[in-house]
Amino acid sequence: MSDINANGEMTRTGEAGFGDYVALLKPRVMSLVVFTALVGLLVAPVPMHPFLTFTCVLFIALGAGASGALNMWWDADIDRVMRRTRNRPIPAGLVEPGEALGLGLALSGIAVVMLALAANVAAGLLLAFTIFFYVVIYSMWLKRSTPQNIVIGGAAGAFPPMLGWVCATGSVSVEAVLMFMLIFMWTPPHFWALALFMNNDYKDAGVPMLTVTHGKRVTRNHILIYTIALVPFALAAGFTSIGGPIYLLVSAVLNAGFLYGAWKIWRRDEVQAEADHYATEKAVFKFSLLYLFLHFSAFLLEAALKSFGLGGW
Amino acid sequence: MALHTEHEIHQRRFGRNVGLGVVLAAFVVLIFGMTVVKVTRGDPMQAFDHTARPEMVPVEPAEGAAQ
Repeated sequence: MSDINANGEMTRTGEAGFGDYVALLKPRVMSLVVFTALVGLLVAPVPMHPFLTFTCVLFIALGAGASGALNMWWDADIDRVMRRTRNRPIPAGLVEPGEALGLGLALSGIAVVMLALAANVAAGLLLAFTIFFYVVIYSMWLKRSTPQNIVIGGAAGAFPPMLGWVCATGSVSVEAVLMFMLIFMWTPPHFWALALFMNNDYKDAGVPMLTVTHGKRVTRNHILIYTIALVPFALAAGFTSIGGPIYLLVSAVLNAGFLYGAWKIWRRDEVQAEADHYATEKAVFKFSLLYLFLHFSAFLLEAALKSFGLGGW
Repeated sequence: MALHTEHEIHQRRFGRNVGLGVVLAAFVVLIFGMTVVKVTRGDPMQAFDHTARPEMVPVEPAEGAAQ
């Protein structure tokens, strides 16, 4: 159904299409979850049947989607204010908040039970904890109460490779922890770089992002500190069973690049940033995406080479 | 304004029903596939339920058997 609003713009109201329910699951976030969970599963020392690998990754992604729907249900008020999220199904009036809650809870249950059946109970429980962490600890509690929200929220995004690893092995080991730490420490500089040039959105929504509460100077300092803290975890993974010379080389180059970017952000001030429309911040944000993707690709490459008698130490 | 029997809302509802149908069918295929893999791989499919199941007890070599 189409309506015309006060501004004469056509808006869709009434019944949601299938795609609107898919949009509730945040498919773009899901793609990162699928990739990192798949890597976690494939680099694990215990081989898994390809079909079960597929089902495990599918249900981890479904769990992530379910927590996305629950997050959209809880954050509908913020989403209405922020430009970036204004067209999501709930603020757009296509899906009722209650529907998102129902869908999120139902899919959470299905994902947890199915992962426990497809892999093992430990993986199912870890997925349940991940959903709980993202929805209750991050979305409901910390997102609106502390400027360190991104740091803590990053943990939710860091669980997928660990989940993949637990699916294959049934337990957590140093490799799984280092993959977790890689994403956990990467998230703050990645998001704060974004927050530097999207500041107004968070300010309007009243989300205590570090840029809003402590200003951009402090945020720039934090980006540099967290990037320095990230480096040892990224490099340490290279000395475990999932690493190898190729990973170490890739990681060293990427970390040097990320550190250089963080240093460039740190030495700039607002006048310089506004003069070139946050070009450095935007470049570092884009590079951070590449940073994570290439790190996990390097893990995968080392694992693939191992099957040919190469790779690893 | 003429009333259309096939309104856009019907198309959207139909699309939603088809989508849900496909998801449910895919889920059935998934469960079937998982079952086939687990059974053919020889996973122990019976759980402990307070009933003696001799076939679930690992076979140990008989006492005095040649090592």
